[in-house]
Amino acid sequence: MVKTEIRLKGLTLKNPVMTASGTFGYGEEYADFVDLSELGGIIVKGTTLHHREGNPYPRMAETPMGMLNCVGLQNKGVDYFIETIYPRIRHFDTNVLVNVSGSNIDDYVTAAAKIDALEDIPAIELNVSCPNVKQGGMAFGVTCSGIEQVVKAVREVYHKHLMVKLSPNVTNIAEIALAAEAAGADSVSLINTLLGMAIDAETRKPVLSMVTGGLSGACVKPVALRMVWQVAKAVKIPVIGLGGISSATDAIEFLLAGASAIQIGTANFIDPAISAKVVKGIVEYCERQGVDDIHELIGGLR
Amino acid sequence: MKKIIDFQIIEKQSFPRAALLRLKASTPLPECRGGQFVNVRVDGCDKAYLRRPISIHDVDYQNNTIDLLIQEKHEGTQKLCASPVGAALNVVMPLGNGFTLPDKDDNVLLVGGGIGIAPLLYFAKQCNYLQNINFLLGGRTQSDLMLLDHFRNEGEVFITTNDGSMGEEGFVTEHSLWKTMKINKIYACGPMPMMKAVAKMARERHIWCEVSLENQMACGIGACLCCVENTKEGNLCVCKEGPVFNIERLLW
Repeated sequence: MVKTEIRLKGLTLKNPVMTASGTFGYGEEYADFVDLSELGGIIVKGTTLHHREGNPYPRMAETPMGMLNCVGLQNKGVDYFIETIYPRIRHFDTNVLVNVSGSNIDDYVTAAAKIDALEDIPAIELNVSCPNVKQGGMAFGVTCSGIEQVVKAVREVYHKHLMVKLSPNVTNIAEIALAAEAAGADSVSLINTLLGMAIDAETRKPVLSMVTGGLSGACVKPVALRMVWQVAKAVKIPVIGLGGISSATDAIEFLLAGASAIQIGTANFIDPAISAKVVKGIVEYCERQGVDDIHELIGGLR
Repeated sequence: MKKIIDFQIIEKQSFPRAALLRLKASTPLPECRGGQFVNVRVDGCDKAYLRRPISIHDVDYQNNTIDLLIQEKHEGTQKLCASPVGAALNVVMPLGNGFTLPDKDDNVLLVGGGIGIAPLLYFAKQCNYLQNINFLLGGRTQSDLMLLDHFRNEGEVFITTNDGSMGEEGFVTEHSLWKTMKINKIYACGPMPMMKAVAKMARERHIWCEVSLENQMACGIGACLCCVENTKEGNLCVCKEGPVFNIERLLW
């Protein structure tokens, strides 16, 4: 038996595989395809203090081996989540994490405090890296002082595991990660989407309603892997790797680069059952390679 | 329940810029409703990273097959249309909500434009308890109107083409049947301008009307929120809340 359990501060994952926010709904959407209890955790949609309609359609452009989106954090707000969605999903036999976003620090703090009170949510993922909102979002995540401010403020009201999701749209992601760590983050997850753009040459117009959008999918994996490796060397807190992971092999590469756990995002769209397959594939890899405990892989790059 | 099913193409009929694929499943088919769709993975095409949403054209539960009528639009659908008999296709199905079944004494008109005719055949089969079913099918030209014999097996077929090469010349909304036919329910699928014109007509005449939208999708199951339509209830996922909407829910 391969030991797959990963213990983070206040958050125990039965295995290192989670699903990324915005790609897995509230888990319910995937329950026909995946036994959610086989996953280390699911991170539900970006949740803000107030209801957000998101950006206008069109919100998506397909790219070679990937896609751009500018959804813009459409969600019904944290109170709706607590009253309507949380009761349905709180007893899933896996960790349910909430991705929290905001347009100013007070919004982040208020939303995080409300989720702190939810017994069955062991952690939040603080989204300081959404590229698709006009205010807040990525603005906090691209400077050390911005990330420090928001993480410090949320840390004061949030007492469980605080994961901070980092933007790749920065010059030196290790510095940003160190700032998050210094401000009290328990872990960092990376990468959020890469800012990109698509143009329709026939109409000479942008494809996306917001002109720019976040790039995700297999095409971003090499960038994500490099950033995870850089950050894992720099910080002492655990790193959660994501960005283009589409197979168990991809997941193992992130563990070797220094990630303590991983998230599967856009690949859920292509194979809705991929998350459970990655769990199985990691175990098979360990058995084949004679790895008894998954911890042997973390940062195990030779 | 939604399933991921491995199919094999067992029959294929090619048309100009379209193909009819008959797919045989390796496992029993889930129950499907007319107007629902499937999400087909495109293998070996680096420009089609995401699955392609395709209407269910027909289902045969006894033989465990589904029919997909696919129009070549971009690389992904070109690749699917070029797939040979014997090729494997991985499909997530059934997705979305189908058309609402009519009441026994309803006078229904099924309006299809271009490839939008695809979901109307299976839906018509599910309406086989009606006294009669009328189809109004429109295309730019004669070759856009495929598989008419299939539709004629299920009901009466009225046709318009923009160039007059078949049926009456003009758009579906210009067909003479609108002057004479008694209709109390319209089901429409086709290009956006056509559906908007049909919806306008339905509103003016106070006729109940459902349309099937095809906003661009990524996940197909209501997770990514990319395919939203701005409705009276705000932004709704076409893949999960639709693709079929009563026009009263829409802003057009």
